[in-house]
Amino acid sequence: MELTVNGERHDVAASTLADLMDALDYRGEWLATAVNGELVKASRRSERFLQDGDRIEILSPMKGG
Amino acid sequence: MLELYGRAISSRLLLGTANYPSPAVLQRAAREAGAQIVTVSLRREIAGGSGRVGGFWSLICDLDVQVLPNTAGCHSVKEAVLTAQMAREVFGTNWIKLEVIGHHDTLQPDVFALVEAARILVDDGFEVFPYTTDDLVVADRLLDAGCRVLMPWCAPIGSARGPVDKDALRSLRAHVPDIPLIVDAGIGRPSHAAAVMELGYDAVLLNTAVAAAGDPVAMAKAFALAIEAGHLAAGAQPLEPRDVAVPSTPVIGKAVFS
Repeated sequence: MELTVNGERHDVAASTLADLMDALDYRGEWLATAVNGELVKASRRSERFLQDGDRIEILSPMKGG
Repeated sequence: MLELYGRAISSRLLLGTANYPSPAVLQRAAREAGAQIVTVSLRREIAGGSGRVGGFWSLICDLDVQVLPNTAGCHSVKEAVLTAQMAREVFGTNWIKLEVIGHHDTLQPDVFALVEAARILVDDGFEVFPYTTDDLVVADRLLDAGCRVLMPWCAPIGSARGPVDKDALRSLRAHVPDIPLIVDAGIGRPSHAAAVMELGYDAVLLNTAVAAAGDPVAMAKAFALAIEAGHLAAGAQPLEPRDVAVPSTPVIGKAVFS
């Protein structure tokens, strides 16, 4: 399945968002996720099934003004 | 004591966390400033990058401060709202510093999108700190949308120019006397911060002016003192400028030698 994760294309075998994060080694309780512009809460990642072409954003805390 | 969305805050210096020479300098500057609120952001995580983020996040946690996540870099309502929702998920706070940028060169807020995004976020339970201009009508619209704090710029972000239109800032202060006003953006020196505090502003948000100073830790202290001085001065009713000289030494009793 081809997915866009943080702007980069990936060909990954992952059925859910949680699977994808495991497969690509995104770990940490400080991560926030969105699929196709919609927030997916941490507690729902294992229920959020992915489809070919989905756009995923995985964000983390960063310095800011 | 300053009250922001029901939370009592004793420090009137809010500090950004970007552009310091090192994380250790940021930590020392924040402590020297006595900051109780620091701003943070969200950016794309790097796969396998848990050590990097964990380091920054644990540093912020060690400071034992309230974090104010921002939506910096967002140029649309949709982007800003989603970023705010993601920030709430990560940082566990309803506070959001709402930025919707309208112009690349000046980083001027898109006030139309700002008001729309503020309304959506307030309805979603957020406590919004909108980065805005000194425009009175926009201020009214933001208050109508449910904002209970306003954060006007005094000059473009990172410009270090200080208050370029004091009359406009004074007018905004008079227009919303009971709303906390925090100058966000444009401050370069402690004297700028003191000047806006003397106008009756409630607090100042700083980042580049501290982080990019030659000695950020000393500058943090200098700003804290200036902000406190300006706040005390505002409460002490400063003398208004006069058009003529007025002698301070009594004229009565002066010796006559000729």
